Amino acid sequence: MKRGGSNMRLRALVRKEFLQILRDPSSIAIAFVMPVVLLLLFGYGVSLDAKHVPIALVIEQPSADTAAFSSAFYSTDYFSPVTLYNMPSAEAAMLAGEVDGIVHLRADFGRDLRHSEGAPVQVIVNGVNANTGRLVLGYVNGVWSRWLQQQAEEDGRSLNVPVQVEQRVWFNSELRSRNFLVPGLIAIIMTLIGALLTALVVAREWERGTFEALMVTPVSIVELMLGKMIPYFVLGTGSMLLSVAMAVWLFDVPLRGSFWVLCIASSLFLLVALGMGMLISTVTKNQFLAAQVAIIVTFLPAFLLSGFIFEIESMPAVVQIITHIIPARYLVAILQTLFLAGDVWSVILPNALALLLMAIILFALVWRKSYKRLE
Amino acid sequence: MLYRIIALVAKEFLALLKDKKIRFVLIGPPLIQLLVFGYAATFDLNNVRFAVYDEANSSASREFVAHFESSPNFHKVGDISHSREIQPLIDAKDVLLVIHISPQFTRKLSLGEPAPVQVIVDGRNSNTASLVLNYTSTIVTNFNVQWAQQTGGTSPPVYLQSRAWFNDNLQSRWFLVPGIVGLLTLLVTMLVTAMSVAREREQGTFDQLLVTPLRPTEILIGKAIPGFIIGLFEATVIILVAVYWFDIPLRGGLLTLYSGVFLFLLSAIGVGLMISSLAVTQQQALLGAFLFLVPAIILSGFATPIENMPNAVQTLTLINPLRYFMVVLRGVFLEGMPFELLIPQLWPMALIGVTCLALAGWLFRKRMY
Repeated sequence: MKRGGSNMRLRALVRKEFLQILRDPSSIAIAFVMPVVLLLLFGYGVSLDAKHVPIALVIEQPSADTAAFSSAFYSTDYFSPVTLYNMPSAEAAMLAGEVDGIVHLRADFGRDLRHSEGAPVQVIVNGVNANTGRLVLGYVNGVWSRWLQQQAEEDGRSLNVPVQVEQRVWFNSELRSRNFLVPGLIAIIMTLIGALLTALVVAREWERGTFEALMVTPVSIVELMLGKMIPYFVLGTGSMLLSVAMAVWLFDVPLRGSFWVLCIASSLFLLVALGMGMLISTVTKNQFLAAQVAIIVTFLPAFLLSGFIFEIESMPAVVQIITHIIPARYLVAILQTLFLAGDVWSVILPNALALLLMAIILFALVWRKSYKRLE
Repeated sequence: MLYRIIALVAKEFLALLKDKKIRFVLIGPPLIQLLVFGYAATFDLNNVRFAVYDEANSSASREFVAHFESSPNFHKVGDISHSREIQPLIDAKDVLLVIHISPQFTRKLSLGEPAPVQVIVDGRNSNTASLVLNYTSTIVTNFNVQWAQQTGGTSPPVYLQSRAWFNDNLQSRWFLVPGIVGLLTLLVTMLVTAMSVAREREQGTFDQLLVTPLRPTEILIGKAIPGFIIGLFEATVIILVAVYWFDIPLRGGLLTLYSGVFLFLLSAIGVGLMISSLAVTQQQALLGAFLFLVPAIILSGFATPIENMPNAVQTLTLINPLRYFMVVLRGVFLEGMPFELLIPQLWPMALIGVTCLALAGWLFRKRMY
C-alpha cells in the first residue's frame, strides 16, 4: 500500500514538473532551441581554421622572379593576397585591419636570389590574434618550402633538404575543427539543462515558498528530489540524443566508439549536472543568485576550463588542478575520444569513474542540505 | 524630474545591494573568473608531450631529437622501441606527438638525399594538432638550415624573416584577456538590468510604479543608471586587473577606451531592459538574457575569428554589440588605435543601444498584465 502510494505521489510530481516545463516558453527555449542554436553555430558558424587570409604581397620591383614567388601565394586556399608596390601602403592596410599579414620582397630580390646567401623575404603578421598569427606564419612557411621544392625541380637538381617530414594526423586527418567542437558541445548543452535550468526552477520553488508547502504534504524528501530530477533527466537525455543525431547526420562527425558507451557516460554526467543544479538552488534559494552562481560555477567553466576549446595541458599548474573539479572536463575527454578515436578504455574508464564519484558526493551533499531544513 | 529619477535610482541600488549574497556575487565571481580564465584561456602550447621511436639510433638522429628536446614548448616523455607501442600511447593521450625516425635516416642524410622522418599527431583537438605541426616544421626547418651549414651545403635561395606586430611573442593571452573584459562586463550588466523590471513585474510592484507621477522615460532612466554604474565599476576593476596583474599593454588612450565602454554599456543595458520588459517572470528574464548572451559571446570573435565564419553568419554578427566592443578593446589595448579609426565600431553600438532603449520604453507601457 505504502509503495503504491509512493509511486503515485512520484508520478504526480513528475507530471506537475513536465506541465510546468511545457507551459513556460523560456524553459522550452533553453531545452530545445538553445541546443539547436549552439549546434548550428558551432557546426557551421565557428571555425578556428583560417582560410583565405587576406595578406599584402609587397613587390618593390616586379620581375619574372617575383612573379614566380608570388604566384605560389595566389595558388593556395590559405591566402587571398593583394599585390602592393610599396611598404607604407601595406602598413596602412595592416593598421586598418584590411590585411592580416605582409610578405615583403625587396627591390634586390632578383639579384640576391642568385647570390649564395639567398634573398631575404620579410614576413610580418598581425599578432593581435596570436592564434591566427601563428597559423598564418605556418602557412607562409608551407608556401615557401613548396616553392623551394618546385624551384629545385625546375632547375633539374635535387633540393638539399636534409630532413623531410611526413605528417600524419590521426583521428581527424583533415583537421576539421568542427569534428572536435561538436562532440565537446554536448557537454555544454547538458550542463545548460542539467545545472542551469534545474537550479533556476528549484530556486523558484524555494523563493515562492512552494517547496516548504510540499514538505508538509506526505511527500518525502527523496520523492521530492526524484520528482524534480526525472523530468530534467529526460529532457537532458533528449537533447543529448538530438545533439548526437545532428553531429552524425548533419555535420558528418564520425562516431567511431560505441553508442551505448556514449549513453552511459552522458547519463553519468547528467546526474552530476543535476546534482549541481539542485545543490546551487538549495544553497541560494533565490533565482537571481542561483542563475549567477550556476553560470559562474557550471556554464562558464564548462566552456573555458573543460578542454572544449582551450587545451588543459597548456594551462598553468594551479588552473590545471582546478579543472579537476569541473565535471565537464571528464565528459569532454570521453566525448572527443568516443567520437574521433573509438572505445579507448584507458581514457573512458578513469573519466567515467571520476564522474560517478562526483555524482555520489553531490547527491550526498544535496540530501544532507535538504534533510537539515526539515528539522 | 531629476529628483524623481534620483529617488528611483537610490531605490534600485537598495533593492540590489541590500542582499549580502548579491553584493558578493557582483564583485567576487567576476574577479575570480578573470583570474582563472585569464590563465586558462590560451591557445599557446607550452607542454607538448612527445615520444620518440628512433630506429636509426645514430648521433645524427639524436641531434635531430635534441632540437625538439631543447624547445621550451616540447616535453619528451620517453623512447619507444616498437611500432606497436605508438597506438596505445596516442590513444590514451599520454603523448600528443610521436616522432618516428626510420632506419635509413642516417644513411640518406649522409648521402645528401632527403631523410624521411614521420610525425604522428593526435588530431582529436584539430587546433592543437595544427599548432603542433606548425611548431614541428619550424624546428625541422631550423635543423635543416643548421645541418646544411655544418655540412657545407648551399643555403636555400630564399629565406624568411618573420615578425609579428603588436604582440611580438604571439602570446594568445594578450588577445584573450582584453576579450574577457568585454565578456564579463556584458554578463554582469545584462543580468542586473534584465532582472530589474522582471522582478518588479513578478512581485507586482511595477504597476505601483506606473501609477506614480514618474513618466515611462524617467522609469527607463532610473532603471538604466544602476546597471550603468555597476557596469562601469565592473569594467574599471577588470581593466585594472588586466593591466596591472596580467601586464597586458594598454597602448591607446583611456578616453578612447572609455568612450567604447560607455557606448557598449548603453547597448548592453538597452538589450537587458528590452528583455526585462518582455519577460513576465524573473525566470523568463534570466533565460532570455541567457539566450542572448550565449550566441552574442560565440559570435563576437572572442575566441574564434569572425573572418572564419560563413558570410551569412558574418552578417548576423553585425547586430551583436559585443562584436564591436571586442574590436575596440583589442584595438585600444594592443594596437593603440586612435579614436578616429574606431568610429566605425562606436556608432553601431550607439545605434543598438538607443534602438533597444526606445523599444524597452515603449514595451513598458504596451505590456501590462
